[in-house]
Amino acid sequence: MTTPLIAVRDLHKWYSGVHALKGVCLDVQPGEVCGLVGDNGAGKSTLIKILAGVHRPDGGEIRIGGQLVEIASPKAAMKLGIETIYQDNSMVPTMSIARNLFIGREPLRFAIGGLGLIDHRHMRADAMRAIANIDLHLRSPDALLSELSGGQRQGVAIARAMHFKSRVLILDEPTNHLSVKETNKVLAFVRSLPAQGVTGILISHNLHHVFESCDRIVAMARGEIVLDKPVRETNVDEVSDVL
Amino acid sequence: MSQLVRAKAEDAVLTTGSGGTVRKLFRIYLEKPELAGVALLAVLTLVFAIRSNGVFLSVDNLRGVFGLLPEVGLVSIGVTVLMICGEFDLSVGSMFALMPISVALMTNHGVPFGLAMLLGLAIGAVVGFANGFITLAFHIPSFITTLGMLFIVRSLTVVLTGGFPPLLSSDLPIGIFTQFVGPAGILRVSFIWFVVIALVAGVLLGGSNFGNWVRATGGFFEAAKSMGVPVWRVKMACFIVCSMLAGFAGTIQVFRLGSALPSIGDGLELQAVAAAVIGGTALTGGVGTVFGAIVGALLIRVIDNGLVLSQVDANWFKFAVGGLTIFAVVANSWLRRTARRIKVEG
Repeated sequence: MTTPLIAVRDLHKWYSGVHALKGVCLDVQPGEVCGLVGDNGAGKSTLIKILAGVHRPDGGEIRIGGQLVEIASPKAAMKLGIETIYQDNSMVPTMSIARNLFIGREPLRFAIGGLGLIDHRHMRADAMRAIANIDLHLRSPDALLSELSGGQRQGVAIARAMHFKSRVLILDEPTNHLSVKETNKVLAFVRSLPAQGVTGILISHNLHHVFESCDRIVAMARGEIVLDKPVRETNVDEVSDVL
Repeated sequence: MSQLVRAKAEDAVLTTGSGGTVRKLFRIYLEKPELAGVALLAVLTLVFAIRSNGVFLSVDNLRGVFGLLPEVGLVSIGVTVLMICGEFDLSVGSMFALMPISVALMTNHGVPFGLAMLLGLAIGAVVGFANGFITLAFHIPSFITTLGMLFIVRSLTVVLTGGFPPLLSSDLPIGIFTQFVGPAGILRVSFIWFVVIALVAGVLLGGSNFGNWVRATGGFFEAAKSMGVPVWRVKMACFIVCSMLAGFAGTIQVFRLGSALPSIGDGLELQAVAAAVIGGTALTGGVGTVFGAIVGALLIRVIDNGLVLSQVDANWFKFAVGGLTIFAVVANSWLRRTARRIKVEG
């Protein structure tokens, strides 16, 4: 068996007295799409936020490609190649598409101590390319995010994650608030991740979405993993039962 | 590339025809909301010039307007940047008085002028830091933090001076702010300081990665945070800069007037918010420009001055500023909605 791309061991997290993660162990193999399901409060979001660097664990260890890592900040997660797409909070509606794509990672003409002037031409050109690369057609990189539909916004978020050559793409309920057509587009994209050499983790409430687009299903309940099986060895009923 | 060309072609189609001009105007407005302020400024200038029989545009009068503009303009820039970042500062009016009083007191006690200025700016930085730290560490609205600071700092100015303006030593090199320069001596050096600071602020906000972070932090805090923007530090920096600019602006005013009254800057905080809003800054954060702040500040100055010259009772000034502020916000939100609807239909 190959080294797992992500190996989580005995991960614990407390939120002011609530034991949100109770010794979670999870391996994600390179090139697979792993579906993470569970009820509200099951601990999926906590697990994901730890991997994305938003929260710090209170115990346990995380290995990325076999290396023991500390994911201290969202920046650190991105450096490790972990990009995260949240259901609704990863884009700034009052900013242009181009500016949104490069928040925190702006291409600079020069920099002193991390601060510098943005190379706007470079940024706009890269934004157009990133969007075209995921087959999204938007008129201008200068359009404001608030002018786009929910699906287009999610498209921009995906373009951003792909542009920065992520190794692992975490999608946290990416199809919430989307139309059926847009949902199908996002799911098709998730299915195409392995072909692009990207490992995926899809969090969803909708079991059908997960069965449609994932290789493996991990179900969580009350802070623990209660089921971890390849998709072909289980079915919607079994997963529903354990939740 | 072919998509780009096609998009351009579509644009061209949209801008021709009967509805094209309106659409184009809306698009310009959406991209540069402060231009509405510029248009209003032009109209008011014309009206006041006619009503005052040309006195409004006379050298003497412009001297007065341009003497006061740097002072309110700098405060407005600071407040605007902070509002874009999603926070308020109501203590700027009090800080406007605290720095010049500190500088006057320090120089009277033998502190060299340059050092006194630096220490005065440091006091501004400390007040800004306190505003930011209390707001962020205790998760309370900056509206409340800085309202408290408004009273605290104003109280300090009175306590420090005993209520009487400290003497300004006559050998201070205040000419580096107050000297008249330019053709017909129409400007003061303070105007050059103002332009330089405004340019730096404008470039930082519009062209630097820091400016991008300020917009992102104010536009959607959670998103900025999850993208690795150091949101805490960005907000702190804006609080500190805002407070320092207010102190600096007040110092310029005191040097111009020659007296460090502990009451100066009273009510300035709301005028600065009004200037920001008139200049297209959104109260919800994320939207606004340095240029808009200056346009807003200039509009308020022009109204103040123009009303007096038009021999309207000067007490109507606040009425006019209030009306303009409400009008600007209503017009901005209406125009934004309309512009979006036109786009969707098209």
